[in-house]
Amino acid sequence: MKASDTSAETGVNAIVQVRGLSKTYDNGHQALKNIDLDIREGEILALLGPNGAGKTTLISIICGLVNASGGTVLVGGYDHVKQYRKSRELIGLVPQELALGAFELVENTVALSRGLFGKSKNPEFIQQLLENLSLGDKATSPVNRLSGGMKRRVLIAKALSHEPRVLFLDEPTAGVDVELRKDMWAVIDELRADGVTIILTTHYIEEAEAIADRVGVINAGEILVIEDKQVLMDKLGKKQLVIELREAIKTIPAELEEFNLQLCEVGNTLTYTYDIRAERTGITRLLNDVQNAGLTLKDISTSQSSLEDIFVNLVKADA
Amino acid sequence: MNFEAIKVIYSAEMRRTRNTLLQSIASPVISTCLYFVVFGSAIGSRIESVGGVSYGAFIVPGLMMLSLLTQSISNASFGIFFPKFTGTVYEVLSAPISFFEVIVGYVGAAATKSLIIGVIILITASFFVDLRIAHPFWMLAFLLMTCVAFSLFGFIIGLWADNFEKLQLVPLLVITPLVFLGGTFYSIDMLPPLWQKISLLNPLLYLISGFRWSFYEVADVNVGLSLMMTAGFLIGCLIVVWLMFRSGYKLKQ
Ligand SMILES: Nc1ncnc2c1ncn2[C@@H]1O[C@H](COP(=O)(O)OP(=O)(O)OP(=O)(O)O)[C@@H](O)[C@H]1O
Ligand SMILES: [Mg+2]
Repeated sequence: MKASDTSAETGVNAIVQVRGLSKTYDNGHQALKNIDLDIREGEILALLGPNGAGKTTLISIICGLVNASGGTVLVGGYDHVKQYRKSRELIGLVPQELALGAFELVENTVALSRGLFGKSKNPEFIQQLLENLSLGDKATSPVNRLSGGMKRRVLIAKALSHEPRVLFLDEPTAGVDVELRKDMWAVIDELRADGVTIILTTHYIEEAEAIADRVGVINAGEILVIEDKQVLMDKLGKKQLVIELREAIKTIPAELEEFNLQLCEVGNTLTYTYDIRAERTGITRLLNDVQNAGLTLKDISTSQSSLEDIFVNLVKADA
Repeated sequence: MNFEAIKVIYSAEMRRTRNTLLQSIASPVISTCLYFVVFGSAIGSRIESVGGVSYGAFIVPGLMMLSLLTQSISNASFGIFFPKFTGTVYEVLSAPISFFEVIVGYVGAAATKSLIIGVIILITASFFVDLRIAHPFWMLAFLLMTCVAFSLFGFIIGLWADNFEKLQLVPLLVITPLVFLGGTFYSIDMLPPLWQKISLLNPLLYLISGFRWSFYEVADVNVGLSLMMTAGFLIGCLIVVWLMFRSGYKLKQ
């Protein structure tokens, strides 16, 4: 499946519009191949992809850290190169690496970020921001005395210090414990409620499943698919019917060959994989044929593939 | 113009100076005092005056230049190298700020710091020797131009360097020898004729000579030439920085 089938819509209400974006690094490695992407205002978009897929490269180009080799990016309608002041004002970035000056105080480093974006001082706003991120009591601590999870939140505070409309979070929950991850999701949810558009990259599929509106899968510099989360799960999701037999069998009877069943090692369960989108799932026929073959059913159950299975299948197929 | 951004870069850099006040300010003062004790008093007492100026007073402009040059370069180069090294430079790159504004912030702070150090050395020196400044305006002009030019130069080095060794390379291997050989501690009249000619190839000689002229009206080379060399170096650095800016040199992949 090619990205252009689904992602490049008309782009009318896209806050970020990426067209034909490509990047070849100096060492000749092509990290992005002709990416088209529309990010809708107010959505949470999760970008999934294995290590080295090009997620950080894509974000870095949009934010101005890396020069593109080709293609265009519009943020809020402003070209990210020609009108970089306008476009960057709209963007907040939380980088993948925990990059923070060592001795600076938390409140100072957040105020610095705000100033860099041309906004005048506003200590009350910054104090409130730190409190929202449970950093209220750390305002006057030097950043090198914070834990990794706190540093991550300081980076988020820095990214939000100038009240951006689009927030890029590059693996916001990498190395963050389960509880803090839930907190982080709550923060992201609140931001969305405020109308901030959020793009996050992650390796945790349950994260995408939990908070994203749309999911994009990127591999080897290409967007394999980008879709509403639910649609994606329905569309690409395979369902499985597991048939438990009263008596174990050694081989699958010839009558059942056309169903491509899988027999478990013990020989007492048969698994049938079918496509939910198909007009006929073949279940009725299968169950009939099972009986005709003289097998006795003990139990049947169905399961639907998770986003994780979808992801793994997509990336495998692409390789 | 994003003035707010210039302001915050400048003040963050000055804050860094305040946090490391001892090494930023005290170390040049101490080393200047040492130079005075060793060269001014111990050795200088055996040297007759140079061009009618006592040796102790003669070396003051040269000592100031020595500190200004090394401090400007190390402050400015470290100022931009460190964010590159720790990765915090992402913030400057993703902000709605031009390269020019970045330079004004970083180079402005480094130059300010050097200027402060220069003044402190001047005050320190006044305790040791009888100072007079014949042309305060030109003294200030040379001082400012030097601080800005070599802070720019340091910024260029900080951009270019991708490890700590390279960061030290130019100051250690190029600048320090050139300052020492550029007449910090002597007038080139004292050298054999061949070495006088060779010394004239040293650009820093012109700087030190011009600066000394603004104090005592004694100079190794014509002061107009000194002025031209200083301004030329400043313009050269500006051009290099501008070219770097156009290519996104080493900051952007
Ligand atoms: N500065 C660089 N020079 C050369 N190649 C690079 C550079 N940065 C990234 N790459 C290469 O580009 C590809 C994409 O890297 P990128 O960092 O965008 O991946 P990613 O999807 O963010 O991976 P991860 O999940 O590990 O963060 C990788 O193959 C990487 O090796
Ligand atoms: Mg990455």
